[in-house]
Amino acid sequence: MTPDEVAGRLRSGMTVGIGGWGSRRKPMALIKAILRSDVTDLHVVTYGGPEVGILAAAGRMSRLTFPFVSPDVPNPMTGGSVPGLDPHFRAARQAGLLTCTELDEGMLLLGLQAAAWRVPFLPTRVGLGSDVLRLDPGLRTVRSPYPGPDGGEGEELVAQPAIALDAALVHVNVGDERGNAAFTGPDLYFDDLFLEAAAEGFVSVERVVATEDLVAEAGDVTRLRISRLFTTGVVEAPGGSDFTDCVPDRDRDDEAQSRWFATAKDPDARAAFLEEWARA
Amino acid sequence: MPEGTSDTATDVRRADVCAVAVADCFRGDGESLANPIGVIPMIGGRLARASFEPDLMMTDGEATLIANHAASVPAAERVVETFNPYRRMFDVVWSGRRHVMMGATQVDRYGNQNIAALGPDPQRPAVQLLGVRGAPGNTINDTTSYWVGRHGPKVFVEAVDVVCGIGYDRAAELGPEAARWHEIRRVVSNLGVFDFETDDHRMRIRSLHPGVTVAEVQEATGFELAVPDDVPTSRLPTPDELELLGTVIDPDGTRYREVPDPA
Repeated sequence: MTPDEVAGRLRSGMTVGIGGWGSRRKPMALIKAILRSDVTDLHVVTYGGPEVGILAAAGRMSRLTFPFVSPDVPNPMTGGSVPGLDPHFRAARQAGLLTCTELDEGMLLLGLQAAAWRVPFLPTRVGLGSDVLRLDPGLRTVRSPYPGPDGGEGEELVAQPAIALDAALVHVNVGDERGNAAFTGPDLYFDDLFLEAAAEGFVSVERVVATEDLVAEAGDVTRLRISRLFTTGVVEAPGGSDFTDCVPDRDRDDEAQSRWFATAKDPDARAAFLEEWARA
Repeated sequence: MPEGTSDTATDVRRADVCAVAVADCFRGDGESLANPIGVIPMIGGRLARASFEPDLMMTDGEATLIANHAASVPAAERVVETFNPYRRMFDVVWSGRRHVMMGATQVDRYGNQNIAALGPDPQRPAVQLLGVRGAPGNTINDTTSYWVGRHGPKVFVEAVDVVCGIGYDRAAELGPEAARWHEIRRVVSNLGVFDFETDDHRMRIRSLHPGVTVAEVQEATGFELAVPDDVPTSRLPTPDELELLGTVIDPDGTRYREVPDPA
């Protein structure tokens, strides 16, 4: 498929999961295609990176389910990175333009897992006592039907509801034409789970290879973590993570990310950036 | 005071005092994942492992746990102990084999912490911050400590705007079963070390860094701190610790840029 064909499968109002983590391995070639389409009013579910601010600034997103949005900006002290704040996401949120569901990082994992396993919820201790329950009045608790640790009444736990996705978009290093794919960097993040939780899963890859070459290209069979059982379409998109990283193929492009962030206070510069970026 | 250390505060740099205060948070943790997030926490955590807690496991900030003592290690030089991608981190967190030291944009007297947003309306924050991240799960499953690099009344507040990490009052409301793994062990700031070892788990001065007064720290805190009859001075680094910090863990001195010495 092409990125535009993937965007053509999306409809306004859909719930779309986006893989990667912060500024790491975001499917930006597919995000660009969304900007070129007329899709709007998306509900985005993500461990958020710059794609959140981009979709918000472009007016394509009305709802967001997230544990964080962070660009992983360079840390001048260590040469590593620090979380940092995304000015475009901040502007949208502070203007009241987004309806948000805030979750603990692990609650998002459980929500996707529940959808993938076709159960309505998964129980967890995570979230008890915190404001995620206050911020989301729809979030329920459940009483364990089994005795508690003292032999008495069962524990009360958070019932994290399934987060079923209409579509998932991820970007990994290498795949074949049928939709098997592998990550060759340090971390798969939750990309497999996003695909398994989705009715339709779309994978863009740095390079498409023949199936018989997949193990060799991935380096090891344990890297083949995405199977065509859970993918609808594959897109060959070299550089498809754009300025977010796709190690070992590419490091994060801090300069390009900074140029995008620098447009936050200037609507004209922001629109010009997105116009040019979506066509590149 | 440990033998061989200086007896004058002026000889000691504040960042080194903070680093050993952080290290001491991990004392007794044994074979668990020490997960300090940030520059001074990472340096202090590495110091704990390089000296009195050799069994601690620590991350490279990405997907592996590494044996190196240096706080910042180039990828090629990392001595990998195990694969620990984000997916597996939750297995560690939810098993309780972890002590995390996080940052806090706001923290209150019971140790409730906020890194998500500021302002009264959660759906339209006055200031959007990171989000709740993993704080709810950390504080219900793991030992948690906080690091605050700039101690001030906007950080130490009467009530946090969004409870991300839960404090002792919230944990108590849940009852003993739900809260059985909740522990906010310490808060380390550039001014002192604080704990919750009071009858009602209110934040208490555990020690103040050399040169810091009770009045100064109380003025920089937006709620009333519990103050012991005798306020200890934070312990100074030993010569061995200074040697480790300066030659192995943080030879570039990044800690001095994060925590400047008092004027």
